Amino acid sequence: MSSVGKNTSTFSEVFCIVCPLGCRIGVEQRSDDLILQGGCPRGQEYARQEVTSPCRVVTTTVRILGGEIPRLPVRTSAPFPKERIFELMEFLRALEVIAPVRRGEVLVENLLGTGVHLVATRTIRRLGKGEEGSAGA
Amino acid sequence: MPRSVDAEVVVIGGGPAGMAAALSAWEWGARRVFLLERNPHLGGILNQCIHPGFGLRLFGEELTGPEYAERYIEALEKTRVEVLTDTTVLEVGGDRHVVAVNREGVWIFRARTVVFAVGCRERTRGMIRLPGTRPAGIFTAGCAQYLVNIEGYLPGKRAVILGSGDIGLIMARRLTLEGVRVEAVVEILPTLSGLLRNYVQCLLDFRIPLLLSHTVLEVLGKERVEGVVVGRVDEKGNPVGEKRLLPCDTLLLSVGLVPESELLKKSQIPLCPSSGGPFVDEDFACDVPGFFACGNVVGVFDLVDYVTESALRIGRRIGENEGHTPPRFILSPREGVATLFPQRIRRGKDGFLYVRPKEGLRKARLSLIHNGKEFHSLTFPLCRPGEMVRLDLAQVSWPEEEGEVQVVLRGEKHVDLL
Repeated sequence: MSSVGKNTSTFSEVFCIVCPLGCRIGVEQRSDDLILQGGCPRGQEYARQEVTSPCRVVTTTVRILGGEIPRLPVRTSAPFPKERIFELMEFLRALEVIAPVRRGEVLVENLLGTGVHLVATRTIRRLGKGEEGSAGA
Repeated sequence: MPRSVDAEVVVIGGGPAGMAAALSAWEWGARRVFLLERNPHLGGILNQCIHPGFGLRLFGEELTGPEYAERYIEALEKTRVEVLTDTTVLEVGGDRHVVAVNREGVWIFRARTVVFAVGCRERTRGMIRLPGTRPAGIFTAGCAQYLVNIEGYLPGKRAVILGSGDIGLIMARRLTLEGVRVEAVVEILPTLSGLLRNYVQCLLDFRIPLLLSHTVLEVLGKERVEGVVVGRVDEKGNPVGEKRLLPCDTLLLSVGLVPESELLKKSQIPLCPSSGGPFVDEDFACDVPGFFACGNVVGVFDLVDYVTESALRIGRRIGENEGHTPPRFILSPREGVATLFPQRIRRGKDGFLYVRPKEGLRKARLSLIHNGKEFHSLTFPLCRPGEMVRLDLAQVSWPEEEGEVQVVLRGEKHVDLL
């Protein structure tokens, strides 16, 4: 998205990713209004969202103790505000989860007050005594 | 003494293709079905693909790789398919014996049907003849993905990525999130290789530069990568104009995937020169009776949904046990087509044809031509090499006369940047 500032309005262009056509949708931001050019209705809705409050599903891994593998893959339960993604990563770096974990289990509720939760995306068993952990995927 | 086992079906490889093939064989009535996987867990490459975007076509929702894999792992647990993990296949004979080894020793399976679901491999430094020194710090993108997502190690602190395929784009974002500085993604072609949404969400979101028509001209560094020299290239890939140095300690290669055909070569199954995998028909049967291949060993698919779809076709064919008739049509890739599969049509009643475009086209038309006459076509507004064209074979009325069918893709040349 590129922006050119004007006194009264801002122009930008959004690459639409709703379908493989990849239209470019022009967005003119006036004081209290958005004017969209190009694309289909779904694309324009996407462009509006991208300009007003862009959000992404964030996926990463967190440390898991006592499990068959050392990292637990996780996702946000819903799209998360884009500008706070690095803040979220910093928060997750300190997180430790204890095995076992089931896929779909909510690990942290209301991440950074956004109302979005952290969800496990893989089932990881707890290792029994004498069992050896292996990283092999 | 090796254990000798009689098997109805032996599936080699426990990724998405192998899991779906084993399930499909079981559901169509096969018993004594064995699924052999060399890793400790089923799931294959899906386990390290922790990003979302899988399953949109099959399940109507965006799953991550591990979530997609677990759906099939759970389905397998409800069957009596025998899953052997930590088990490596060493040899497959033309008489359908399969030699495998695990902690319990050597196994020899005598199988009525063998399914190759062994996937593909990443192209390596040697295959693209990358100039310069040979220090530590050069990884294929998938190898780096394994280190980060499964083992929990970062490959370096400052990275350059060569190749704009999807794995490279995904890794640009992944490394950035983990605090690695990604200097640039360098692409030798004038167009993006991966999906547009990955360009937007992996590069644009993090302001990572994409250098099109550029390549790495030299790797610098003795013990460890210290930088790479990148420069502009012409359409033939030859350097033109200015070079510049990008300091970095890590270089990731995302320069394509090739079907893993080593085991197939030993069993003397004919391979297709354009896909790199075996010739298959619409049920993914190979040219040699009793052998099937599905998923990325056949040719590299761009969606896992299509891999699953290809593998699920195998069970019915095994179950019907109708014998091995010669194919009615042989499909060959012509103008505008980089590769296609299946290359053989036996029944022509259902299934899908997957076609990889050679270049970007607008107002594209895919034609099936027999004896100089187009008997089926499909039109669409845009096609790109990064996204396969999929043709529903149930829609095709095949000519009376058997023989060669030429597959052609024509349209207005489209060299937009992306």
